[in-house]
Amino acid sequence: MSTPLLLGVYQPGSTVLHRLPVWVKVLSLGALSLTIVLVRDVRAAVGFLALALVLAAIGKVALRTLARSTRGILVIAVIASALQWWAAGPDKAAETLLDLISLALLALTVTATTLVNAILDSLIRGIGPLRRVGVDPERVALTIGLAIQAIPGTVALALETRDAARARGLGSHPRAYLTPFVIRVVARAHETGDALAARGIGDD
Amino acid sequence: MSIVFEGAGLTVDTPDGSRVVLAPTTLELAEHRIAVVGANGSGKSTLARMINGLVAPSAGRVLVDGFDPARDGREVRRRVGFCFTDPAAQLVMPTCAEDIELSLRRTVKDAHLRRQRALQVLERHGLVDHADASVHTLSGGQKQLLALAGVLAVEPSVVIADEPTTLLDLANTRRIGDLLLGLEQQLVLVTHDLDLAARCDRGIVVADARVVYDGPAAAAVDHYVASVPA
Repeated sequence: MSTPLLLGVYQPGSTVLHRLPVWVKVLSLGALSLTIVLVRDVRAAVGFLALALVLAAIGKVALRTLARSTRGILVIAVIASALQWWAAGPDKAAETLLDLISLALLALTVTATTLVNAILDSLIRGIGPLRRVGVDPERVALTIGLAIQAIPGTVALALETRDAARARGLGSHPRAYLTPFVIRVVARAHETGDALAARGIGDD
Repeated sequence: MSIVFEGAGLTVDTPDGSRVVLAPTTLELAEHRIAVVGANGSGKSTLARMINGLVAPSAGRVLVDGFDPARDGREVRRRVGFCFTDPAAQLVMPTCAEDIELSLRRTVKDAHLRRQRALQVLERHGLVDHADASVHTLSGGQKQLLALAGVLAVEPSVVIADEPTTLLDLANTRRIGDLLLGLEQQLVLVTHDLDLAARCDRGIVVADARVVYDGPAAAAVDHYVASVPA
């Protein structure tokens, strides 16, 4: 069985990126991501990728983690850029490929240098004033934390389901894969809900 | 801790009519270690889940230290920890330390102190070397140990464990079993591991949605074994 990607896994360290306040990292990630999406130029895309690699190096993100975590994104990026080549030519294809990899690297660098609990605490502080209009900051932050964690968990379920379909000789049959996968994801969501309720999370 | 079932039962509506999941049950659970055994689908997990309000009875009520889980869920869950069969569903944070910290969020508001407490919990359970490891990289036994550590981190008075060793190999079954039976807390252990069940102080056998035997654990195991066709 394949190993799930390790998105959202913190790598301890004391680099500048580890020490930066969470809100600075999250806002910078948002601003950089927006810039990458809005600036439509292949030379700029090369620059963004170089910047993402430099930031990953500053954060001392392990090369093995980088390679493993970007593998899945790379497949999607290659497919997307192939479509762009067909629709808009090689420049657009290269730009799409580089931009997608840059976005993945930047997100990975933030999650590798920031504890999810630190992101949650920062979010709770940031949206704290919204309590006055009925927003529960703890609950919003937990939902975002769960969303981050759900990605590798769901990938693991997908890989298990694919392996099970292959073992039954049904590897190429979409229904043999998709139907049990959807059922397992829904069942896992119910189990996780029960587990959160049992731990009293959301009670306060 | 007193756990009282006052005619608590569950009946659900199905397309084929109503189905009794657990017949009205009256019990008082006061012993230190209580095993619940029975066939798959017999109603033993429903009985266990009623104790912390994961399942609400459709008749009667359950009282935990005087609190009704259906009405006072928050008070009950502060006292009752629940360990599930599949730890993958219970571990909801990316790394081991963060998952323990999630349990502690209710009681420890300071982030630095919470981290320290989480590391102490991991140290206690021999998992501190995995503090910043992804929960997905742990073995099945380590995952269950981490899930249990997350439950114990908030120091509940009662631990409910629903088939906690079903997915584990022999060595991890023994490790988790010994840990559970050695707890200071009251333990309600739903299990198919009859050796583990026999080591408890009291045994309850559930069959066809009702309690059919309630007595010393070893005798309960004998009763259950005798009831299974060869």
